[in-house]
Amino acid sequence: MRILEGYGVTKHFGGLAAILNVDFHVDQGEIVGLIGPNGAGKTTLFNLISAAHNLNSGVIRFKGEKISGLKPHQICRTGVARTFQSVKVFGNIPIFGNVLLGSLFGTSTGMSSSDATREAMELLEFVGLSATKAILAKDLTLANQKRVEVARALATKPELLLLDELVAGLNPAETAQAMELVTRIRDRGITILMIEHVMKAIMSVCDRIMVLHHGEKIAEGTPEEITNNQTVIEVYLGK
Amino acid sequence: MTSKRLFLLGLLFLVLVLLALLPLYGSAYTVILVTAIFMYIVLTVSWVIFSGPTGYLSLATAAFFGVGIYTSAVLGKTLPLPIVICVGALASFCLALLVGALTLRLRGVYFTIFTFGLVLLIYQLLLWYEVRITHTRGRFVIVVNNTTIYYVMFAILVVLLITAYLIRRSKYGLALQSIGEDEEAAAHTGINVTVLKTIIFAVSAIFMGAAGAIMATRWTYIDPLIAFNPLFSFLPVLMAIFGGIGQFYGPIIGAAIFAYLEEVLLTRFPYYYMLIFGIILVVAIVYLPGGLVGLIQKWRKGDLAEQDANP
Repeated sequence: MRILEGYGVTKHFGGLAAILNVDFHVDQGEIVGLIGPNGAGKTTLFNLISAAHNLNSGVIRFKGEKISGLKPHQICRTGVARTFQSVKVFGNIPIFGNVLLGSLFGTSTGMSSSDATREAMELLEFVGLSATKAILAKDLTLANQKRVEVARALATKPELLLLDELVAGLNPAETAQAMELVTRIRDRGITILMIEHVMKAIMSVCDRIMVLHHGEKIAEGTPEEITNNQTVIEVYLGK
Repeated sequence: MTSKRLFLLGLLFLVLVLLALLPLYGSAYTVILVTAIFMYIVLTVSWVIFSGPTGYLSLATAAFFGVGIYTSAVLGKTLPLPIVICVGALASFCLALLVGALTLRLRGVYFTIFTFGLVLLIYQLLLWYEVRITHTRGRFVIVVNNTTIYYVMFAILVVLLITAYLIRRSKYGLALQSIGEDEEAAAHTGINVTVLKTIIFAVSAIFMGAAGAIMATRWTYIDPLIAFNPLFSFLPVLMAIFGGIGQFYGPIIGAAIFAYLEEVLLTRFPYYYMLIFGIILVVAIVYLPGGLVGLIQKWRKGDLAEQDANP
């Protein structure tokens, strides 16, 4: 089943087409990778799905329902959560509060505060931060801040999770842990669409990969197909 | 911990009783002075409800306060006092709701400038109206005795403190703080940031309007400049910073000391009061970045061993 689909998605910034007429879809239960050189429009596409920006034309559907045109908090409550390329944790709020906000405000049905507390505790455990729940988010390392962001996104009970460069800036050990976390999230039944620059990381976990270049989709397929795709090689390495 | 809590609650209760009985044993001057202190605490704490956690620096306090004052001046002759105060509060609430819905999309200094512009706009409009249409200057307000004013202001203060405390402790308090930390992330976490900001902004205006409605009866004569004096926009901000915004009691202490200081300086050194006041303020801001509360916390904590955040 297609959980997320977009048709003719277009976004202009002034005269520049950041995303031009892109069709895409994500099936339920998949891990889909989104790659492309800098400026290809990957984060813009995320911003369009999560309604940080409005589309110029096209339509985005989530589980068959049109979601383009909704507000960010509504998108979140319909079941699409995201993280950010430059981590956006609530620095002066304890880690636990960061995650609790997700379960208090982000779910479709709302939760009692005791349920929300339990949920937040469970998710901190899940990402491996339960021992430090009282510490302010700004005092964590980058890797741990990213885990807080993931836990906060998961607290909104998403069916689809958008991960924007989860491993950027992490060392090899942290990268391996992050990738292991991604597969564990999928095992919870959550579909994942992720932007990544680290090829090794993305090739190992993704079922399918889409390649963007100058705002257009130039290739799509399994990791093997992408690594052997002539256009992709040209875009990354030059002719 | 619980015994300490019990002690604090007892202390709070004692203070409340002492304040409630003040008109019985205090002099008329004391009652008037404490009323003024209450007024500053009301303006400061209600300003902090919204601007403290969100970081949206509002300078609209004087506008909401002034709306309360004018409501009282216009309706005071025809309606009983409790209704006048409620109408003043409601009028400020509605104005804040409208202004909030229009301007809370603005961020940072743009929002600040707009809110200050609102004060000047209302002031100029009223002035124009009085000069051109009614051909009057200012209005007289029905006089109410000082003890009544004291008790009304005290009641507004108590209701405000309870409201501010409940908001701060609720999930909406946490959400407001998250807006101050990172508004974009807050929106993507499912918080309806626009509605939350607007409602809390309007709730804070209720108390400013109510305080204005009762203070007008104390001043007996008001005109646009008295009612919409920009000082009432700046003082709450300074008092909150002076006390320290981080803790609930910070703005209360800040406003109380600040207001008392102003009164003492004004009566003892009428010529140098602004100068001394300014120096104290500059010193406080330079040397007490966390306000008085920051100083207290620093002194209480000493140098506790740093916790390891990343085991």
